[in-house]
Amino acid sequence: MSASDHLIPVVVSNVVEVNPIIKRFEFKHVNGDELPAFSGGAHIVVEMLDDGTKRKNPYSLMSSPFERDQYAISVRRDDTGRGGSKFMHEQVRPGMEMKISAPVNLFSLDLRAKKHLMIAGGIGITPFIAQMAQADKLGVPFELHYAARSVSQAAYMDSLADRFGDHVSCYCDDQGEGVDFETLLSSQPLGTHVYVCGPKGMIERVVETATHLGWPAAHVHFEHFLAPPVGEPFEVHLVKAGIDITVGAEQSLLEAVEASGTPINCMCRGGACGQCETAVVACDGEIMHNDHWLDEEQRASKQLIMPCVSRFRGKRLELDL
Amino acid sequence: MSESIIEESILSRPTYGTLKIVPGLAHYFLADASGAECVIRVVQELPRDMMDKVHILYVPTPGEAALITSLYALGANRFEHFPTIEEAVGKLGEWLSDAKMGTQLYLAGTEGLVGQGVAKGEECGLDHTAVQCEHRGSLARRVQCVHCKTMIEDVTTQPVKCPSCELLLFVRDHYSRRLAAFQGVCINAEDPTEEIEIKEVFK
Ligand SMILES: Cc1cc2nc3c(=O)[nH]c(=O)nc-3n(C[C@H](O)[C@H](O)[C@H](O)COP(=O)(O)OP(=O)(O)OC[C@H]3O[C@@H](n4cnc5c(N)ncnc54)[C@H](O)[C@@H]3O)c2cc1C
Ligand code: FES
Repeated sequence: MSASDHLIPVVVSNVVEVNPIIKRFEFKHVNGDELPAFSGGAHIVVEMLDDGTKRKNPYSLMSSPFERDQYAISVRRDDTGRGGSKFMHEQVRPGMEMKISAPVNLFSLDLRAKKHLMIAGGIGITPFIAQMAQADKLGVPFELHYAARSVSQAAYMDSLADRFGDHVSCYCDDQGEGVDFETLLSSQPLGTHVYVCGPKGMIERVVETATHLGWPAAHVHFEHFLAPPVGEPFEVHLVKAGIDITVGAEQSLLEAVEASGTPINCMCRGGACGQCETAVVACDGEIMHNDHWLDEEQRASKQLIMPCVSRFRGKRLELDL
Repeated sequence: MSESIIEESILSRPTYGTLKIVPGLAHYFLADASGAECVIRVVQELPRDMMDKVHILYVPTPGEAALITSLYALGANRFEHFPTIEEAVGKLGEWLSDAKMGTQLYLAGTEGLVGQGVAKGEECGLDHTAVQCEHRGSLARRVQCVHCKTMIEDVTTQPVKCPSCELLLFVRDHYSRRLAAFQGVCINAEDPTEEIEIKEVFK
């Protein structure tokens, strides 16, 4: 079963232009019911019906986990993407009915932590907004370090600094500011957990620096806003279903499997949760593993694939679906 | 007394390895006389410019000085020695309360020292993966009488008589990380007159 099997009907209650590239969307249950409980760091999958194409993108919940009458997400417009974020920006208006999945959390706060150290880059701020509301209410010390390209693109920077005061430090590239990860990660009290969400390079630097300084792996958490990469179209044979499908250039393997009506598990749609893991029956070619789930050995074995983000190039791929 | 009281070793029984320096912001060592050589072995290997990150606490055996000198000569940022494990562990707690993430803790010596060091590290927020233990010397156990809660140090016999409530205790492999002690449970509760041979087993 996958989280998106039980979609929740919602109505868009508000759309706010936060800055030229980011919009906030608020959702209420169509019946005014309470929405499912979640914890800071959770995301939902938003289903978009775009002129005959069904898109499903994951977005982090930024609203407070203590408010269940509505959810809020913020979407960064990505004009090079396949259109999900563009659809949100251009088509979605207040009053519109949409469907969302129940929240799933792959980036939750570790409640044993004596302190939460949060590091956000750009739109990666969203999960932390919910987490800060949670940490603040629970009375656990936390600190946010938020970096953005420019002052004009730094969504919520001012309001967060107002709301959480000293807990928040801001850095803008265009002001020549940047986070000094080495110093930051060298000065944290024992029992601190670090969380990072942002561009790939930032996540890599935080994880590498922490590891190098001797942080235990269990204290280092990250989330990639990974989108399914595009590529060349390819053919796949689904063994159990007994059918051949074509994965389009701008389609993910997961999307192509779903479009064929074949059941498949999924949750994050971003290569992180492991739910869509699928056994490879035969592979004559190369699997482009784009996930954060399989380890090196599993990748090399060519026996597993994560269809939400990974692709194939070669003669024949058969999957156990 | 039948053989059945000999338990298979159970999960809570600590296991030990060999100290090895791993990447870290600071390296804290706690050892007693039997573990001193482990500290010397690994710290000697470190480049000079890393000594600033090294902090050593030591519990010598009374009257012994050579190892104190050798440990001192390593040139650690801080080196202190204390007559008892309790005092050294107390100092460790003080040091760790100012320590930062990236801290590694290395414990070497008898089971009592290692166990109390592990418990202190945990209490101060150290992840268990940041704590390494090397067991040296006597297998003497620190035992808590589960009946009157007395701590009995350096227990080498099975069973052992509780010095406080005088019950004859079977020393279990059941180990409490929090107390850093093995559990001692009355062995002849049903018939206190039962004669049980006391053997030296934890040497
Ligand atoms: C757990 C999770 C949480 C997330 N939370 C948020 C959030 O809170 N806010 C947010 O804005 N986003 C979030 N995302 C990202 C989001 O799901 C989408 O990936 C993003 O909105 C872009 O969607 P899209 O459909 O416009 O583009 P996608 O098709 O998803 O494409 C995104 C990227 O893929 C590449 N790409 C796609 N098509 C092409 C093409 N034809 N040619 C070249 N390159 C291409 C580009 O690099 C592009 O930037 C999250 C992702 C995950 C996994
Ligand atoms: S759906 Fe989560 S890894 Fe693919």
